[in-house]
Amino acid sequence: MRELISTDKTIQFMRYRMPALILSALLLIGSITSLAVNKLNWGLDFTGGTVIELGYQQNADLGQIRSVLEQNGFNSAVVQNFGTQRDVLIRIDAIEGVNAQQTGDQIVAMMRASSSEKVDLRRSEFVSASVGDELAEQGGLALLTALICILIYIAIRFEWRLALGAVGALAHDVIITLGLFSVLQLEFDLTVLAALLAVIGYSINDTVVVCDRIRENFLKFRKYSSEEVINGAITDTMSRTVITSLTTVLVLLALFFLGGQLIHGFATALLFGVFIGTYSSIFVASALAFMLGISREDLLPPEIEKEGEDLDQLP
Amino acid sequence: MLNKFPLWKNLLVIFVLAVAALYALPNLYGEDYAVQVSATRTTTIDNSTLEQVEQALDQAQIVPKSVVIEGDQVLVRVTNDSDQLEARDVILRALGNQYVVALNLAAATPDWLESLGAEPLKLGLDLRGGVHFLMEVDMAEAVRKIQDQLRDSVRTELRDERIRYTAVNRDGNDVVITLRTAEDFAAADSYLNNRYPGYDEVTDSDAFSIRLRMTETKLQETQDYAISQNVTILRNRVNELGVAEPLVQRQGADRIVVQLPGVQDTARAKEILGATATLEFRMVDSENSMLEAERGRVPFGSELFPNRQGGNVLLKEDVILTGDHIVNATAGFDEYQRPQVSISLDGAGGDKMSLATRDNVGNPMATLFIEYKATGDRDAEGKLVFEPLAEVINIATINSRLGSNFRITGISSQQEAQNLALLLRAGALIAPIQIVEERTIGPSLGQENINMGMQAIIWGFVMVLVFMVVYYRKFGLVANAALAANLVLIIGVMSMIPGATLTLPGMAGIVLTVGMAVDANVLIFERIREEIKAKRSPQQAIHHGYDSALSTIADANITTLIAAIILFAVGTGPIKGFAVTLAIGIITSMFTAIVGTRAVVNAIWGGKRIDKLSV
Repeated sequence: MRELISTDKTIQFMRYRMPALILSALLLIGSITSLAVNKLNWGLDFTGGTVIELGYQQNADLGQIRSVLEQNGFNSAVVQNFGTQRDVLIRIDAIEGVNAQQTGDQIVAMMRASSSEKVDLRRSEFVSASVGDELAEQGGLALLTALICILIYIAIRFEWRLALGAVGALAHDVIITLGLFSVLQLEFDLTVLAALLAVIGYSINDTVVVCDRIRENFLKFRKYSSEEVINGAITDTMSRTVITSLTTVLVLLALFFLGGQLIHGFATALLFGVFIGTYSSIFVASALAFMLGISREDLLPPEIEKEGEDLDQLP
Repeated sequence: MLNKFPLWKNLLVIFVLAVAALYALPNLYGEDYAVQVSATRTTTIDNSTLEQVEQALDQAQIVPKSVVIEGDQVLVRVTNDSDQLEARDVILRALGNQYVVALNLAAATPDWLESLGAEPLKLGLDLRGGVHFLMEVDMAEAVRKIQDQLRDSVRTELRDERIRYTAVNRDGNDVVITLRTAEDFAAADSYLNNRYPGYDEVTDSDAFSIRLRMTETKLQETQDYAISQNVTILRNRVNELGVAEPLVQRQGADRIVVQLPGVQDTARAKEILGATATLEFRMVDSENSMLEAERGRVPFGSELFPNRQGGNVLLKEDVILTGDHIVNATAGFDEYQRPQVSISLDGAGGDKMSLATRDNVGNPMATLFIEYKATGDRDAEGKLVFEPLAEVINIATINSRLGSNFRITGISSQQEAQNLALLLRAGALIAPIQIVEERTIGPSLGQENINMGMQAIIWGFVMVLVFMVVYYRKFGLVANAALAANLVLIIGVMSMIPGATLTLPGMAGIVLTVGMAVDANVLIFERIREEIKAKRSPQQAIHHGYDSALSTIADANITTLIAAIILFAVGTGPIKGFAVTLAIGIITSMFTAIVGTRAVVNAIWGGKRIDKLSV
């Protein structure tokens, strides 16, 4: 019982690489299609606009709130409950060329005037369209920069095939997580972007552990084929992979259920990301490196480890 | 293979943990309700202010926990929130509107901890409630105004030099002068050459045109000026809001962040931030008697204004010039190294100044600063009512006819010159500013966020602890000790870093680190298991387990650190908070896993013969 995964027998992971890659390809195609067709449900941070969260003493009458908004010319306002029946979220998209600085204040005043009970302003946010665009651009740039930096680091520390495999796996994780948000039309806000970067961080952690073991085993076992070595490495690290994923999932579940509405998207993205990241470090990263033809020779350390001496070998 | 740690390593672990625990300690003490009194421009905080505050509290029968001067403010700690509100009101009444009286929560850190510089974590706006504004300065407009001024002065100067031109116009960021004849072109060229610092001259001798192009440096200066001017003004306005620990800070090339913790009434905050000060230049009325005027007989055509020394000055009613013609005001030194303030006016302002000072050489001219303060009342439309508060900030004798550029000399000190320049700028025409982002978090939601964040941390922590003990037994306990140490380290380090604030995503970062921090230990323990399976002795297994896991842990964590650093670089506000906790968590978890648990493992199992190891 104390061992979740028996590590006595090497599991033939690479034998399943084709089905796994097909599955990944399907998920990727599905994600990209959904991103193209359904798009992402961009949050206020990226689209610009106004969001107001109001707290009522009793269950709020959404219909009445909508009609008050309509009477005052806010026809496109989205009104919904947020977390509980007493909390109401009002969202108004940014209108091109209109300065919406005052919108939030207006609506709060309107709601207070139209309600007999005390209305508590829990949160209000206004983001101009230009700031939103900028943020989306910066976010995309951040993801790309992170991927490239990690690619370079692993290429230096390990080997380019492993680096490509690792970054391929990361891109795979990011795209599929984005796909999930697109398919389910979950709101994609700034915290989800942060979660996505955390997913990158988590997934790379996993991948590096596997890569490290692949390198070690290549050096240790001279006689085995690449496939056997990779299978062995994944099997060796399997119980660690499972345990770490498990502890991370445990805390994420705590965050998901107890962290409140504002952190929900964050927790969702990470929970999903941890699963997909664990899967990808086994089947995508290693399989890609394997298919790129990684071999023992690629991972041999430089002949002489002392710095300076290898300069002599240069022509 | 004895697995003994040298003494210094054990001491290092203990020392690091002790320091972190010490700095994390203030977070346990909570906060006192407090009222803080700070000075405005015209007043200072000293012992007499302290006495006034104490007296006022005494009369209202409020017993404070303490009343002390801290830095440049008086801090009154009270026992509960109703005392706090009452204390604010009585202090406000006793001191009048020359002081800023704000509600605050002061850390109840004991003195001995405070003397070590230990302070509790700063909470972000999403946890303590408040308003966050992001404002953008309209740079195009700021540059346009500068170019308009240049165009006007070129026109005036060419006219004065009797050089005839067809047109002087603004063209994008440049000013283009077209002339009639080759002679005029040559004359203008030699006159304008190097006349305006910060502009490059591009001539076209065929078209008889001269283009003055703003240099990059000048453009940069103009933008910096527009930003710093707005920052100064916003700081002044924010003070009036009576907010504890406000933040007004430049962000990037053209933005300003304003954070007002605890403020709920954003409409009021916006109105006060938007109310600008103005400035007027007027001649001093030296013909009529000041004494008569102070007795209430103000002569026709004059007005009485207070000066900064507490006296009065009689000024003419006619305004020579208003502040919106001022383009720049800087403090510096004259040729005798005496402090001075140089002022530049726009073209129209220069003309007015020139006209007014022509017949007034030798007479004193006053600078009147008018601020608009909220009275606290509202008009019929619910807008705040502002009343002007005017004050004479400078009187100087006109030595010669003035133009677009003149200076005020005879200022007593460099500090005084700085102040004057600051006020002149505050009353000058400002580059227009616009709110591009606004976030308000109510206090109830802030508290809820704290509670939920804490719940998530506690439950996540407990679940991981239980799992580790069940799965790794004794070694699990070691890992759990490391995890607890890790939590203390994160909080300690975050409390130590001056600018670090805890946000909701930051709490999520802590939760995530708790989950991921065990990873390093899991890697090590799994290695030890493998070594034992490979029939190594327990001591060897421990030794090899740690050794071979080391490079894996380092590589895995450095790559995650890269992601965290990039997140910090591009993120703003709460996201930065997440990146900071994540990065700190990665570093502390490496320390506790590699060095910390090793010290404990060595202490328990090291240095003796063991036959069986329970991993």
